[in-house]
Amino acid sequence: MKTAVIVFPGSNCDRDAHDALAKVTGQAPAMVWHKDGTIPEGTDLVMVPGGFSYGDYLRCGAMAGNSPVISQLHDHAARGGYVLGVCNGFQILCETGLLPGALMRNASLHFVCRPQALKIESTNTAYTSAYSDTSDVVIPVAHHDGNYFADDTTLNTLEGEGRVAFRYASGQNPNGSARDIAGILSENGRILGMMPHPERAIGGHEGGTDGLGVFESLLSAA
Amino acid sequence: MAIAAKAPVMTDKTAILAHLTAEQDDTAGLEHGIKADEWERLVTRLGRKPNLVELGIYSVMWSEHCSYKSSRRHLSKFPTKNARVIQGPGENAGVIDIGDGQAAIFKMESHNHPSYIEPYQGAATGVGGILRDVFTMGARPIALVNALRFGSPDHPKTRSLVAGVVAGIGGYGNCVGVPTVAGETQFDEGYNGNILVNAMAVGLADQDKIFYARGATPGNPIFYVGSKTGRDGIHGATMASAEFSEGDEEKRPTVQVGDPFTEKLLIEACLELMATDAIQAIQDMGAAGLTSSSVEMAASGGENGEGIGVVMDLDKVPQREEGMTAYEIMLSESQERMLMVLYPDKIDVAKAVFDKYDLSAEVIGETTDNGHLVLKQFGETVCDIPVAPLADDAPNYDRPWTEPPKRAPLDISKYPEPEDYGEVLLKLMSSPDMASKRWIWEQYDRHVMGDTVDSSQSQGDAAIVRIHGTNKALAICSDCNPHYVAADPYEGGKAAVAEAYRNLSAVGAMPIAITDNLNFGNPEKPATMGYIVKAIEGMAEACRELNFPVVSGNVSLYNETDGVAIPPTPVVGGVGLIEDLSKVATLKGAQDGDLAFMIGSDGSELGASLYARQILSLKGNDLGTPPVMHLDRTVSIASAVRKLVGSDVVRAVHDTSEGGLACAVTEMGLASGLGTEIFAPADNTTAYLFGEDHDRYVVAVSPAHEEALRTELAQSGIPVTQVGVFTGDGIAFKIVGATSEHYLPLSRLREAHEGWLPTYMNSVD
Repeated sequence: MKTAVIVFPGSNCDRDAHDALAKVTGQAPAMVWHKDGTIPEGTDLVMVPGGFSYGDYLRCGAMAGNSPVISQLHDHAARGGYVLGVCNGFQILCETGLLPGALMRNASLHFVCRPQALKIESTNTAYTSAYSDTSDVVIPVAHHDGNYFADDTTLNTLEGEGRVAFRYASGQNPNGSARDIAGILSENGRILGMMPHPERAIGGHEGGTDGLGVFESLLSAA
Repeated sequence: MAIAAKAPVMTDKTAILAHLTAEQDDTAGLEHGIKADEWERLVTRLGRKPNLVELGIYSVMWSEHCSYKSSRRHLSKFPTKNARVIQGPGENAGVIDIGDGQAAIFKMESHNHPSYIEPYQGAATGVGGILRDVFTMGARPIALVNALRFGSPDHPKTRSLVAGVVAGIGGYGNCVGVPTVAGETQFDEGYNGNILVNAMAVGLADQDKIFYARGATPGNPIFYVGSKTGRDGIHGATMASAEFSEGDEEKRPTVQVGDPFTEKLLIEACLELMATDAIQAIQDMGAAGLTSSSVEMAASGGENGEGIGVVMDLDKVPQREEGMTAYEIMLSESQERMLMVLYPDKIDVAKAVFDKYDLSAEVIGETTDNGHLVLKQFGETVCDIPVAPLADDAPNYDRPWTEPPKRAPLDISKYPEPEDYGEVLLKLMSSPDMASKRWIWEQYDRHVMGDTVDSSQSQGDAAIVRIHGTNKALAICSDCNPHYVAADPYEGGKAAVAEAYRNLSAVGAMPIAITDNLNFGNPEKPATMGYIVKAIEGMAEACRELNFPVVSGNVSLYNETDGVAIPPTPVVGGVGLIEDLSKVATLKGAQDGDLAFMIGSDGSELGASLYARQILSLKGNDLGTPPVMHLDRTVSIASAVRKLVGSDVVRAVHDTSEGGLACAVTEMGLASGLGTEIFAPADNTTAYLFGEDHDRYVVAVSPAHEEALRTELAQSGIPVTQVGVFTGDGIAFKIVGATSEHYLPLSRLREAHEGWLPTYMNSVD
């Protein structure tokens, strides 16, 4: 699987994304600088990493969503390519319109970093097939703006079409997100945005290993 | 303090130049914090009276904050070398050899005064400043630690200060993308008027790519990079060198504003440029901004450190505001700025890197061979002074000091034994100092960079951060028990260093070196100065005995409001090396049925203890003397514990400190979701359970490994006693001969332990 990671000014999970992709796919992803970088031809997966693009000084992801590289991301998505947006990457994907809805400030108004219990809603997706044995996982979250919001029609559509990939475990919603949504898929199932950080749960550290499944699923899908 | 920066913005260049070059007198000197004797010294050394720009520069360079004029002669008592030290104090941060051609670079620094005045920005810029100290030297920052002290929870300002400081630390560190992995937070009424915000950063570099402020040679371009210069923070260093009095919130304009996004870009750009051979010397612009960075590079310049000169055209400095004078430009403490001396043919390389990150970067001057700091504005010279007197001849006081009074030991026999040890434990575990700080550390990103093996999340003794791409790790901690230092500064100073040594050893790391942050009151008062001197001497003694030298640090004095000083608080940041990540221990890991052993002596000392403060409600002299230190035991027992961790005999380890045996065992149980049976003798039960004797560790051991544990420790002649069993869902005290069992359900304990801080922060006055 050929992968690429977009790097915006203020991205800070780009190295973690790089390491996770290299570990699972066996080859290093292309690191694409937002200003003049190119997503290499034949890329299967583009990862939009977490961080604070442009400092989050405007609405989270709003500046990055208008960055030069985004037109290439749209082309990649239009070709049916895989796109994984994590945390700030999820916010950016919502800003670009590749995913519906928006991520508002956490209901607590505080930044929250913790091991987060999640429920995998369906193992029948390109991002979750490797989780066939388990539907409860723990993957760390770390964000200030992860409170997913969309109107009821959109939420009903997402749920009706099986596009809610991850939910926060019941009673453990860390941010006030609508219907406990932690991650959603695009209509074609190729684009995933999620607030938890699977790249911080690939083994050998405090984050555990439960994030590996996201990358392993992709490996068999792409 | 009258500050010339408050003069109305001038637009007429002639008028500005006349204002800047006007000869100053001793009254103006006083307004700049230059005292009468210092004024005499200045005029004598300079051979004339300074103009306004020159006076401004002298005032910050000779401030306590920049010159360490009250502490310098005592700081020289610290040992600063061992086999692993590459760079000790005197550069931006300390550097140690961690093998394989790599180095750890670290320092701790205070942002106390600004954090009290404007908690969010004060704390945020404290984090930003300490990060710059580390990446200036070529290190990628890999961990942040914070040591915080607030006033009494009952004080009306405390809650908002906690909220602001925590948000500021998180707001900066989270955005920059460096994990905040450890910290300590304490509350005491002694900090009501002066909180302490001490931030530590640890970075990782290749030994052949370390950059220094020293070594610039004449004839090279001076390169300014980062944010533009504004009027913020003018005279921040001078503010941090004076006591507070009521109404000092008006000093808010002297606090800088942080921009972590720019800092993140600056880190990436600097590290990218450092990978080329473009930089000859580099210094970040921290306290006293462009003044101290240029003076320090000039003073330590030359091939043999003989010093060089600098000429800068201030019209070329990127400016955020219009009409800034040379005085304002030189004294601004705008954040996220760096000053470099480049090799002449590398200007284009450097500009291209900073252009990529959309950062300002300009050549603003060059190094010279005449030893003078020469500044120009509008084509005219507005400052021309020799560099050496600014840096090397700053005052170096031998402040008078008095021996701190000796306290009488605490006579615990005067107080009745408690009726229910469970209730005592509950009260201690939910006291402000012991209660879970989850509310704080959940607001810090602890996992970014993917190398955090153990953090505040496990509430362990030291954080463990993997060295990227290896199976090695650094252990990092921060420690100080100010109650011990107040009780006996010499013993308390020793204890702070030894505590860090133990915390690193408890996770299996070999302690290497420390950074320190010495927080005290007004050094011009002999009583306060006595505590400074004795604490430093005690720390130095421990550093020597433990081969645990000081490689960097910071002194924060004048932490005093309306004449009342803070408790003496010399904070120690320790760094140790773990050679094999499969050989570590944390306080988590006990399994049902595991035995709890105390390695080291029985508990006997309750002086200056958490028990004495929280249960007996004692204060000040009534708290008595701190536990006695035996540094030889510190070394031998820590060595035995590291060996046990390495041999997998122990499943969990916890250094015993505040709250003694009972709190240590309870914390280990909580971390593993287990209750504990705690055994105690019939006599001196309270001191046995809650005494804070030094050099003791609780370990969790499976019954199968009991013999191995006993054999190993017997060989070293170290006492070991079984003190309990990890099991059940409550804390059960098994007191010899007692008829009733003292029992505390784990659920109630957890609720109280976890609940105190969120309840406090969420309550409304």
